[in-house]
Amino acid sequence: MEQVLAWLGEVPDPEIPVISLTDLGIIRDVAYLGDTLVVTVTPTYSGCPATSVINFEIEKKLRENGVDDLRLERQLSPPWTTDWIKPAARDALKAYGIAPPIDGTAADGVIAGRIARLSGDNLKVECPRCGSTKTEKVSQFGSTPCKASYRCTDCLEPFDYFKCI
Amino acid sequence: MPAQGDMMTPDAEALAKAAGEAAGGTGRAPLQADAPGMDLFAGLTRLGDNTLILGHRVSEWCGHSPVLEEDIALANMALDLIGQTQLWLGLAGEVEGAGRDADALAFRRDAWDFHNILLVERPNGDFGQTIMRQFLFDAWHAPMLKALEASGDARIAEIAVKAGKEVAYHIERSADLVIRLGDGTEESHARMQKALEALWPYTGEMMIGDACDRRLAEAGLMPDPASLRPKWDESVDHVLAEATLTRPEGTFAHQGGKQGRHTEHMGHLLAPMQWLQRAYPDAKW
Repeated sequence: MEQVLAWLGEVPDPEIPVISLTDLGIIRDVAYLGDTLVVTVTPTYSGCPATSVINFEIEKKLRENGVDDLRLERQLSPPWTTDWIKPAARDALKAYGIAPPIDGTAADGVIAGRIARLSGDNLKVECPRCGSTKTEKVSQFGSTPCKASYRCTDCLEPFDYFKCI
Repeated sequence: MPAQGDMMTPDAEALAKAAGEAAGGTGRAPLQADAPGMDLFAGLTRLGDNTLILGHRVSEWCGHSPVLEEDIALANMALDLIGQTQLWLGLAGEVEGAGRDADALAFRRDAWDFHNILLVERPNGDFGQTIMRQFLFDAWHAPMLKALEASGDARIAEIAVKAGKEVAYHIERSADLVIRLGDGTEESHARMQKALEALWPYTGEMMIGDACDRRLAEAGLMPDPASLRPKWDESVDHVLAEATLTRPEGTFAHQGGKQGRHTEHMGHLLAPMQWLQRAYPDAKW
């Protein structure tokens, strides 16, 4: 099983190639059911177009390594959370120019208590380029559903912030 | 196929159904409110059709938004909604057990077989109207999903938890924009108030239950829509006050979408959405 996980650790995320599928925390289980290798994968966002590419890449990687009898299963519960992104992967995200998620700041859907932070004022996201916290939110959704658009008012560069869910 | 009657034609549903059958059995009977066996299927298509039709409407902005960031944000929200549609309609197909998957339900049903509320099929209008529609829907969608987390059906509960995390960001964004535009310039304020008044009569349907809703609530599968009213009022009042907008006083509610009776906009929406799968059934790429 460790060998299988190591192989999957070599498969890059199709949208963010500096982190792997295991770094992202979406491989929930790897187990043999009889002779069949069952890989359980949880989607990040329900509409993420990378999901089908990820499944294709998993199958390709395992077949390349001689695993012919395999099955992919989707697991919705517990739902994926950015808390599962490994520490090393967070550093890789930052080096790649994406501000990593700030744990514990996920939206909770209760609007009344969150009006103050709608503008993003009390969520201090550090600029991945210059380290400044003088940043502002441009849009709740960035290049993909999992990211928000920010800009740094010190170095003036735009960047993506990996939202906490 | 003969021309189909519009909403003003007496018994348009029967005419449409007969036309569908004459065309080779593609027409299906409208939802019967007294068919308990179909309750869960109906409840799931109501959820999935809301996200499908709103997702499609929002996606119509792709490439047309006022600024690039908003274009991307709208497309991403549409993507979330379409993803949730796959989960709801996928489960609906499973519950129905007739071999229809999410794609078959999305692309091979006619207007009268869709059970979305009328609000989500309203045309986009200007950017302000699109955002107002989104907020009025999100203010219902978030507590609806929260309530569905307690569903007696574990498959419903797990989809609700997943979708709820995404919708929590939708409502933050739509509330934020309603406040910014409402409490913005004279022009943006006037447009937001106008949008609110135009959409207001379409909000009541979200919180009015029918016999099917009552049976689903009694079975512990889905909440009674009326129970969502306090949460919706709280969010709406809070955000409208911040946005310096005036809550309309009217209580009239247009209804019918949940039972398959739609406005003329629905056919115009379905035609471009479904044409490929209708013209080339089972086409893959």
